[in-house]
Amino acid sequence: MRPAPDVRRLGVIAYPDALALQKQLVDDRREGRVGDVLLLVEHPHVLTLGVRGDGGRSHILATDETLTSRGVAVYETGRGGDITYHGPGQVVGYPIIDLKPDRCDVHRYIRDLEEVLIRVAADYGLVAERVQGLTGVWVRGEKLAAIGVRIARWITSHGFALNVTTDLNYFNLIVPCGIADRGVTSLSHLLGREVNRAEVEDRLIQRFTEVFS
Amino acid sequence: MDVVMPQMGESVAEGTIVRWIKKVGDKVDRDEPLFEISTDKVDAEIPSPGAGVLSEIRAQEGETVPVNSIVAVIGSANEVVAAPSSTSSIPSGPSGAPNTTRLHSRGPGALPGGASTAAESITRERTSPLVRQLAKEHDVDISQVRGTGIGGRVTKDDVLAFVASGKTDGQKGREAPAHSADDRVEKMSVMRKKIAEHMVASRRTSAHVHTVFEVDFSRVAAIREGRKISYLSFIIKAVADALKAFPILNASVDGDTIVYHTQIHVGVAVALESGLIVPVVRHADQQDVTAIGQCVTELAARARSKQLSPEEVAGGTFTVTNPGPFGALLGTPIINQPQVAILGVGSIEKRPVVVGDAVVPRITAVLTLGFDHRIIDGAVADQFMALVKRALENWDETRT
Repeated sequence: MRPAPDVRRLGVIAYPDALALQKQLVDDRREGRVGDVLLLVEHPHVLTLGVRGDGGRSHILATDETLTSRGVAVYETGRGGDITYHGPGQVVGYPIIDLKPDRCDVHRYIRDLEEVLIRVAADYGLVAERVQGLTGVWVRGEKLAAIGVRIARWITSHGFALNVTTDLNYFNLIVPCGIADRGVTSLSHLLGREVNRAEVEDRLIQRFTEVFS
Repeated sequence: MDVVMPQMGESVAEGTIVRWIKKVGDKVDRDEPLFEISTDKVDAEIPSPGAGVLSEIRAQEGETVPVNSIVAVIGSANEVVAAPSSTSSIPSGPSGAPNTTRLHSRGPGALPGGASTAAESITRERTSPLVRQLAKEHDVDISQVRGTGIGGRVTKDDVLAFVASGKTDGQKGREAPAHSADDRVEKMSVMRKKIAEHMVASRRTSAHVHTVFEVDFSRVAAIREGRKISYLSFIIKAVADALKAFPILNASVDGDTIVYHTQIHVGVAVALESGLIVPVVRHADQQDVTAIGQCVTELAARARSKQLSPEEVAGGTFTVTNPGPFGALLGTPIINQPQVAILGVGSIEKRPVVVGDAVVPRITAVLTLGFDHRIIDGAVADQFMALVKRALENWDETRT
């Protein structure tokens, strides 16, 4: 049994600030100054690039002018995966967890994150699933949550982004995760009603603790 | 000290070097971040396994290598930076180069592929000291080993596989198999040698797996009655259609990439008196069964009279082989490289089949798909076969 993570619900926070905070927490976790932490945040409009190849820059469909006029910033990150979008209405989770000694398996970690999100979707009566070869959580062929992770000496950072009431039009700026032929969806879109963000965070915390303890 | 691609999880087979944090000549401490790798959606920072000077980087940024393969070497801090491995220090094996006979002249019936190129033999000599040591211990001539590493390099596993395959026998004091004075000793023909090379190379290249389906040909038998169309033509047509639905079976492996062929050219193995040859039915998906039938008949006749042109045996993307006529129930065919799948057709004859609660005589055959498990999973292979079976059992007569 692992102790439940220290959950910090930070509300809206700028992407670079979240990046700096994660970096600090990874160091703290390594030095044993903190235990496992789960950050839950919301970002203003931002496109973030992964580390592989050009990080997915070629998957930005919009021009720089369009991005500027819509208030969308672009950041390079240290996480795996291709480009993704973050913005209002999305719950972004950053688990800072030491996978040592018993969970040292990157595939297992990804599967566990997917499991958390699948259970949260089930809490809303939705059947979400994994798609072979594609990371993330999908409902009827559309992506409900994205996953992109960094692991340094088995301490995790970055994590997942669950679309709750996200304005899905913003995904048209990019090819999400470099996958061209699949759409993006949100809890609100799937259920046809507004979904309370705090409630989703509550579900996430419960399911996360369940899967990771 | 060797730095290896770490095993980041039970099902993680390889990793891509994203970035070297240290450069050759840099001092590193134990546990200091050394490089970054990426597997699927995970990016990971890998610490140095020890202290010293980074003396050699073997896997460059962007390269994908299997876990446990050596990506860098760390020397002791006061050691002079080692020169990159040169080809001059390679011990040439006792048998030397002459064994790699290059067969550029292609006999009238020679199978495609097989002959190694000069470029290949250069890259395969670029090996690590560890591999050279291992080769020496097992008395293996590295130039005889096919490299599966980066740029065709011979890896430790290649050497071990080579040793396991027993091919080292010929390296040191080859003993001729015992034979008595009146045994007939005969040199292999060029074609026989090519077939031998090709078969062994295929077994070494692909992860062969077979799946076996029984197919009811009663409906096809009824349709072909009174016409001179072979069963094989129907099978080729069904296969060509199924390849369109499952392009991974109409592919090749090139290093760590998969090449999906847009055209469907089905090779048909034809037994000859002294060997076998695989003429190719081009664009099999665009021809009807009658046209395929004519094509096969013509190719087979030309094969047997040794009149095939080289183009007629090249460029196949899938092969059908037909051991059935001699009575074989099924075969477990070897893949025709660089293809990734092959269909074997067993004998087609009346057999008892359960229909409802009755046993009735039906015309059936056993079809075996040999496929390369490196890129084709069992479920996909079975779905492909299910589609072939369905097409043959419910043949749409308008397509004849």
